[in-house]
Amino acid sequence: MDNLVECHDVYFSRGDTPIYEGVSLHVPRGKVTAIMGPSGCGKTTLLRLIGGQLRANRGQVLFAGQDIGKLNRSALFETRKRMSMLFQSGALFSDLTVFENVAFPLREHTTLPENIIQTVVKMKLESVGLRGAGQLFPQELSGGMARRAALARSIALDPELIMYDEPFAGQDPISMGMLVSLIKSLNETLGLTSIVVSHDIHEVMSIADQVCIMANKTIVAQGSPEELRAHESPLVQQFLSGASDGPVPFHYKASTYHDDLLGVSR
Amino acid sequence: MQFFVNLGRDTLNWLRGVGGASIMLFQALVGKPQPLKMFPLVMRQLYVVGVQSMLIILISGLFIGMVLGLQGYTILVDFGAEQALGPMVALSLLRELGPVVTALLFAGRAGSALTAEIGLMRATEQLSSLEMMAVDPLRRVVAPRFWAGFISMPLLAFMFSAVGIYGGYFVGVQWLGVDEGAFWSVMQSSVDWQHDVMNGFIKSVVFAVVVTWIALYKGYTAAPTSPGISAATTQTVVYSSLAVLGLDFVLTALMFG
Ligand SMILES: Nc1ncnc2c1ncn2[C@@H]1O[C@H](COP(=O)(O)OP(=O)(O)OP(=O)(O)O)[C@@H](O)[C@H]1O
Ligand SMILES: [Mg+2]
Repeated sequence: MDNLVECHDVYFSRGDTPIYEGVSLHVPRGKVTAIMGPSGCGKTTLLRLIGGQLRANRGQVLFAGQDIGKLNRSALFETRKRMSMLFQSGALFSDLTVFENVAFPLREHTTLPENIIQTVVKMKLESVGLRGAGQLFPQELSGGMARRAALARSIALDPELIMYDEPFAGQDPISMGMLVSLIKSLNETLGLTSIVVSHDIHEVMSIADQVCIMANKTIVAQGSPEELRAHESPLVQQFLSGASDGPVPFHYKASTYHDDLLGVSR
Repeated sequence: MQFFVNLGRDTLNWLRGVGGASIMLFQALVGKPQPLKMFPLVMRQLYVVGVQSMLIILISGLFIGMVLGLQGYTILVDFGAEQALGPMVALSLLRELGPVVTALLFAGRAGSALTAEIGLMRATEQLSSLEMMAVDPLRRVVAPRFWAGFISMPLLAFMFSAVGIYGGYFVGVQWLGVDEGAFWSVMQSSVDWQHDVMNGFIKSVVFAVVVTWIALYKGYTAAPTSPGISAATTQTVVYSSLAVLGLDFVLTALMFG
């Protein structure tokens, strides 16, 4: 099968803290790949490695066969025209209206006439339910609206790869359902490749062709939703069922609670 | 011993900072020129950086000129030399106070705002998202702000001096009764275009580069947190003020020494 993104045995650390120790995964072209894992396990970091904002300490990150970590600045910018990323925080430009935010990539990278830009932007805003909010500034939006506006911006250019970092966070059930079907239909009608980072297991499993579960600095399971539901690893089962007790610790690593409260130093 | 270790480390850090700042400026300014994209961005920043600093510059210039008129008069009148008030006010402003005070005010008014703005863009991932859209934030965000600072500060310094001279005239001639003809004609004959006006202009160009550069670099490298941005803003004002005063001495020694 044809893979748009491949990671081979990637190691990455922040200062002295290792984040990945040998991550390998592949993202098939034209499919929806979901990435799940406990908070803080490095899902956003993975997207940044694919986008070339961070570089792996060891191993390769390939996009369409090119090693992202080895590209120079201008080649990297060329490659990034083919991908887009929805940031966890939305990251709308605060000095532009919602409309201009969505128009921004079009104005930057195309020479489309103004009336076509207007049409495209309205279509994108309509698809996230914000056509009426075009003249608002980002600070006038709610968190969920800002994320939908950012989503409209990230699909403005119909890139080959879209990386969604928690697109459903802060959405009510109606807009959530709408976003789920939007991601699915973008994928089906335009043949885009999508990587979705999300904690909403039910929604993600319903649209994903492939699911990767990250934990303990590596990928613990990768496969179709059915395969994962049938996976024998207790870790995967714990994650999918959302039990707080199991192989995945809920707490960030610390000395024992008892010692900490009694003031015993580590 | 510890002192030397610290000194060495601080020097290395400083050199690393200068290196990083140079690379940043180089990448922002050198490359294929895109005048059509650049022009509206620079115009917008000229408004924010230049026009919005005008009021404080004009008011400060007026007051400093008035103080110069007052102080100059009380000193000169003892020697019966109050005719020299015109050149005294004009030369102090054109050579020193115009460029220097403008740069200090500019650092406080526009430099700190630039740092905070860019630091906040970093903190809210706006810079990252530009990068991911294949738009270089150095060329898109840093470069237009640099040119705006570079263009507006010398103009502001001229306005400062012009208003200051008027303030000196107002106090000296209108209020304290120095002869109006003497005030202007002695000023005209003793201010030299090349020596005084041009040198003052060169100074303010140098200060413009230094202050804007420090402000942009501090914003671009600010830690993306509230304390990080607040520290960066403070550093912009402190470092650029010190740099302006230090460079002013060096430039004065070269030009007039
Ligand atoms: N700028 C940074 N400096 C140092 N460490 C960082 C930085 N950003 C993230 N980390 C660390 O890297 C790890 C992975 O972070 P990342 O943001 O990728 O997690 P995540 O899986 O996206 O979590 P979440 O689901 O909460 O968004 C975290 O443990 C975090 O402490
Ligand atoms: Mg994250």
